[in-house]
Amino acid sequence: MTLLDLPLAATRGNPAAVASYWDTDPLRYLDEHGAPVEGGLRPDPALLAADRLLAVYRALRLARAFDTEATALVMQGHLAVYPSSRGQEACQAASALCLEQQDWLFPTYRDTAALAVRGIDPVEALTLLRGVWHCGYDPKRWRTAPQCTPLATQAPHAVGLALAAKLAGDPVVALCLLGDGATSEGDFHEACNSAAVYQAPVVFLVQNNQYAISVPLRKQTRALSLASKAVGYGMPGVRVDGNDVIGLLHVLGEAVRRVREGGGPTLIEAVTYRIQPHTNADDAARYREPGEVDLWLARDPVDRLARYLTAIGHLDESLDAAIGAEGAKYATAMRARLTEEPAVESADMFEHVYAVPTPQLRDQRAMVEAEIEAETEAEAHQDGGE
Amino acid sequence: MALATASAASDTPTAAASASSKSAVPKPAAAAKAKTAAIATVTLAKALNQALADAMSADERVVVFGEDVAELGGVFRVTDGLAKRFGENRCFDTPLAEAGILGTAIGMAMYGYRPVVEMQFDAFAYPAFEQLVSHLSKMRNRTRGALPTPVVIRVPYGGGIGGVEHHSDSSELYAVHTPGVHVVTPATVEDAYWLLRSAIASPDPVVFFEPKRLYWTKAQLTLPVTTGPIGSAAIRRTGRDLTLIAYGQTVPVALEAAERAREYGYDLEVVDLRSLVPFDEATVTASVERTGRAIVVHEAAGFAGFGAEVAARVSERCFYRLESPVLRVTGLDIPYPPPKLEHWHLPNADRVLDAVERAMAA
Repeated sequence: MTLLDLPLAATRGNPAAVASYWDTDPLRYLDEHGAPVEGGLRPDPALLAADRLLAVYRALRLARAFDTEATALVMQGHLAVYPSSRGQEACQAASALCLEQQDWLFPTYRDTAALAVRGIDPVEALTLLRGVWHCGYDPKRWRTAPQCTPLATQAPHAVGLALAAKLAGDPVVALCLLGDGATSEGDFHEACNSAAVYQAPVVFLVQNNQYAISVPLRKQTRALSLASKAVGYGMPGVRVDGNDVIGLLHVLGEAVRRVREGGGPTLIEAVTYRIQPHTNADDAARYREPGEVDLWLARDPVDRLARYLTAIGHLDESLDAAIGAEGAKYATAMRARLTEEPAVESADMFEHVYAVPTPQLRDQRAMVEAEIEAETEAEAHQDGGE
Repeated sequence: MALATASAASDTPTAAASASSKSAVPKPAAAAKAKTAAIATVTLAKALNQALADAMSADERVVVFGEDVAELGGVFRVTDGLAKRFGENRCFDTPLAEAGILGTAIGMAMYGYRPVVEMQFDAFAYPAFEQLVSHLSKMRNRTRGALPTPVVIRVPYGGGIGGVEHHSDSSELYAVHTPGVHVVTPATVEDAYWLLRSAIASPDPVVFFEPKRLYWTKAQLTLPVTTGPIGSAAIRRTGRDLTLIAYGQTVPVALEAAERAREYGYDLEVVDLRSLVPFDEATVTASVERTGRAIVVHEAAGFAGFGAEVAARVSERCFYRLESPVLRVTGLDIPYPPPKLEHWHLPNADRVLDAVERAMAA
């Protein structure tokens, strides 16, 4: 079997074929057992320092705790929907950790854990998925665009913001998060091409988690790798193991540095896997074999770093338990606040459609407010009658 | 903070992502003092060009980009000379990618710029539709006011120029039906100038439809023009018997019809909407309250067109004053026809006068 045959030949029911292809190709520092790869990436010593790696490990555990709690909350009806990033914690954490305070992150709906690692309050981060409002955090304060739902449509925004920063002479980098499915969209192409033409300081990180809802990558593209698409745009493309957080941080760090220095955009493909179904409403059993998931569970990004840290003596059981307790505390606090009935404000629907509402909007707002008042009075009347 | 773990990673730069930074985005210039009145006879295209130049001069945040806008000055020359005068960082050519152009503009607006982008022709703007509907119109609302995106999209629109397929659409309704954007269209040289200045100054996104058949009409432009908020209609001609409601390219058509109607003894009023969103219901209904009759004239297809909205609102507000049903004279409900047939499609004064006869006979 030649490499060219692989993406199509590696069909459902043949996870080993997929595995061999996806497993051998990407750059990495740690193998799936958490051991440094011979001839692999050689990260900066600063990245390998104990304090730094423990901070990274904490971020991974935070992302895992966040995702696990959010998954439980949606099952119990406290969120409207939740697209899990379980298995992608290395990508989630690295996306937040590779940026400086002035840099901008452009996340999708599956990147809520990255928002948590960036420091955004989990209740604010989950406002969209809770169905309370479309965005719960202040994008300017956090240099984080609202989570984008239509695939790849935020990519041109990242290019525009990066171009604006470049024109203003600000040392700002935009990091645009995408999935494998998004690379089929026109906006992905337009964004990559424009970014290269403008030499805009933007990094595109494609989290190739193998599935766009139910459609596997082999039905998404004939390309041998998504990183190879960069060639057509005249920018560097790097394929990295998305479950190796050290390798990821190295590759992202290099890209961010190069981009910040005016080297133009970079496309990074992080090869990972979506352990959970697309969302709580999806049934992954209809389109993939359980064996395939098991294969990727063994490559867990959190365990991988833990094994490495343990092997080199930076992590022991008691420290691991302490870090786990931090995550549990975070999740407990998150649960307490997200199980409360959220406050919604009908005025929000009208307040920010325009800077100044149109006459039609003023009429409609008055109508809704009158309805709310009537409802409140009726409820008060009913309560009084009981 | 609930971010125990992220905070613990405070040796990483990320934990301080909320800190403020100093940006070199240009600050808006203080309102320029009114200069000595400059009077010139110019084309509508030149008035738009002047408006862009003056806006760029007054506010360094204003940038102009699109296909062929820099070296060439735009296929209609509306951006002529801007790149030379303001440099390639303020006016630049883009790859052929309409969604990318508008998406880039949204990102620049997020950073504090005021982009003005050109869509080369009405029908070539459709690839940008998703960016318009899903992002440009929603960003302020989505972020509860934190991230307004004051982008101006210039779209040359309408027919009657002998253009082959895809060069003559009236696509304004797609924007009108999108809450969160303003939609304006000038019909006069003076309006072209002040509406574009107002659009660029607006805190909200504006889709600016340019009546390409009127690009070469000439009139006196006296500067400075006082810019005001978007959303007021103009009464172009007063009359007692019937109100013609038009915008863009059909304003001259309505005025011609009104002039010719005098021969039949009818005294017609002509309202130029100028702004479709916001819709100046007060001016329109006040006019119909005076005349008792109304006809809406536009080039876009009539079915579920802007005329339907105007007719419905006039009927709701002026029902007891109306002496005849509100009529519409519009483009046909067909894909835009080829140049050799377009005269059958476009509303003209004859068709308007036929409708006037029907309304006056009712």
